Amino acid sequence: MSGQLCAVVGVGQTKYSSTRGDVSIAGLCREAAGRALEDAGMTWRDIDAVVIGKAPDMFEGVMMPELYLADALGAAGKPMLRVHTAGSVGGSTALVAASLVQGGIHQRVLTVAFEKQSESDAMWALSRPMPFAPPTLAGAGGYFAPLIRSYIRRSGAPDHIGIMVGVKDRQNALRNPYAHLQIEDISFEKVAESPMLWDPIRYLETCPSSDGACAMVLVDEPTAGRSPDPAWIVGTAMRSEPTMFAGRDAVNPRAGRDCAADLYAQAGITDPRGQIDCAEIYVPFSWYEPMWMENLGFAAEGEGWKMTDSGATAFDGDLPVNPSGGVLSSNPIGASGMIRFAEAALQVRGKAGEHQVAGAGQALGHAYGGGSQFFAMWIVRAQKP
Amino acid sequence: MRDVAVVAFAQSRAVRAEEGANEVEILMPVVSAAIERSGVPRKEIGFTVSGSCDYLAGVPFAFVQGLDAVGAWPPIRESHVEMDGAWALYEAWVRLQHGDVDSALVYAFGKSSLGDLPQVLTLQLDPYCMAPLWPDSISIAALQARAWLEAGHDEREMAEVAARSRKAALANPMAQVAQDLTPEELLKQPYLVSPLRRHDCPPISDGAAAVVLAAGGLAREVSERPAWIRGIDHRIEPHGLGVRDLTHSPSTRLAGERAGVGRATVDVAELHAPFSFQEVILRQALGLGPDVEVNPSGGALAANVMMGAGLVRIGEAAGRVSDGGAGRAVAHATSGPCLQQNLVCVLEADQ
Repeated sequence: MSGQLCAVVGVGQTKYSSTRGDVSIAGLCREAAGRALEDAGMTWRDIDAVVIGKAPDMFEGVMMPELYLADALGAAGKPMLRVHTAGSVGGSTALVAASLVQGGIHQRVLTVAFEKQSESDAMWALSRPMPFAPPTLAGAGGYFAPLIRSYIRRSGAPDHIGIMVGVKDRQNALRNPYAHLQIEDISFEKVAESPMLWDPIRYLETCPSSDGACAMVLVDEPTAGRSPDPAWIVGTAMRSEPTMFAGRDAVNPRAGRDCAADLYAQAGITDPRGQIDCAEIYVPFSWYEPMWMENLGFAAEGEGWKMTDSGATAFDGDLPVNPSGGVLSSNPIGASGMIRFAEAALQVRGKAGEHQVAGAGQALGHAYGGGSQFFAMWIVRAQKP
Repeated sequence: MRDVAVVAFAQSRAVRAEEGANEVEILMPVVSAAIERSGVPRKEIGFTVSGSCDYLAGVPFAFVQGLDAVGAWPPIRESHVEMDGAWALYEAWVRLQHGDVDSALVYAFGKSSLGDLPQVLTLQLDPYCMAPLWPDSISIAALQARAWLEAGHDEREMAEVAARSRKAALANPMAQVAQDLTPEELLKQPYLVSPLRRHDCPPISDGAAAVVLAAGGLAREVSERPAWIRGIDHRIEPHGLGVRDLTHSPSTRLAGERAGVGRATVDVAELHAPFSFQEVILRQALGLGPDVEVNPSGGALAANVMMGAGLVRIGEAAGRVSDGGAGRAVAHATSGPCLQQNLVCVLEADQ
């Protein structure tokens, strides 16, 4: 890993739900940030800088909301940065915050990501016609469904794989009190019989719209040394590629493969499936689990679906994927990437509660965005490198 | 800190409405020019980061198309801030401190002509208590100007800033508004929003800018006279206009102290003051005396590309250092209503 050591010593999340009518955007962010500070044993005064991220401003209709949030996040008199890298933003925001520590600029950085979808219209915002670009006019599902169909055709994966992921992540969510969807009677039949939204994506194979915020406190080595349970960051990587050009493989994007390769090299990982104990990856539509298993090098190309099919990615499998319930169970869009990063940290800190993966020593946090051309990832470890 | 320098800068000529080109088409020649001037091969640039704002184009993900101007294949290490490009430059400077990459491309673009900018900027305000009242950005600046006048200043100071800026812009081929008028002539103009006259306000501009940063040895290799970043810091203030003293800029003062502005003589300063009177507030906050040349480019009163004008200040200041015109320069960028957030960068030539 480049630069100086950095660790996560505090994580805070809000209860994810479709409407948090009891709080403003500022109240929502402050709730997560306050919990992260409490977890870190710190107060607002201890923080050197704040890095905030969210998905497009057009969701809530607030332009550069960090300006308005400066007071609520205790940033007055401090440096504040606002990151925006599409759906990967929650992950990128954490990486920019980590960079401030790795670069030796600050000792204690608060990072926050949020979305308040009840005050937004994401479907509208994601369907805006762009001059000279082919209109999708059907939100993210309309964009990704053809890519999923292409994956199924290329891999020969059977139809039930997507349904299995939809069931598994909702079962995992029942172990996570912060998860939005708590579907007690989730079953294969229930997912299979849910309405088809964007063929082959069924209603219960897609993510919900959530209000929520996630926050972390990232610190330098001396500060982390005083924490009882730091999650050491041993690899960070970001990659981007252009949205559209002839020859781009949007199903298995090179940016994702390069990002993972860079990440593993930093963390000294040569056998991802053997060396990573659990993974929180960005799966907004069920089929993205097997697709990312291949892109991340956990399975050979065309073989990712077999991991889902065999139960390898289940809570009791050899590589539990999204033990928190994942994006399929909670999706405050701008925060969804950071939640992956934070959940990976909680696992190696042994603080994941009911969804703790036994003996998790090394975990992957993953986020992607746009039309799968933006990637952000980190590896966290219980043991100090 | 690792030594990092600005080794190249390019910008488009600011225009009121660039009707013949979209954002990518405005940006692409600017990025190419900056990379070419830097002497760093495009494929060897280690990190790319940009600043832009969706609300100017009225679509989500404005930065996504910007990437098409860069040539991001094979995939690149890339990030984006929904802020002025000056903050993107800050992120790049931090990234170069890690030590594993030696160069970074920073760019910013804004096409404000697509909307009604003063009304679009209303959406930067507290969405519950202020934005619903729809105060536009010029009216809010006028409130700040009124508070500043009542604190003991006069309109002539404003006209002097405007006259000097627009006259300086005559020598800047990239500027949008340039004219040679005396303060007396400007003071005869009618108010736009009292106490602001049209020349106290920035033009609405379309354009783009790009900077290449290089660290240590690479900077010396590619540049005869690198503009070294000797200090850079940024600070934000509370949002609510009623909880701030609008006649001062404490965040600029703090950022300036942290960046080390006062450690030695400043030859030239490029201050991002979109409204004339704000330049006086900024000069005071940075402790710049009457002997410091301010905004030889004409500043934001001559061209104000949203999301780019702060980065342009750094590029212009670096240019003065690199061409030998200045030994030590200060660049400043601002964001938000009434100078809410401010960045200060100190650039120096080799001693």
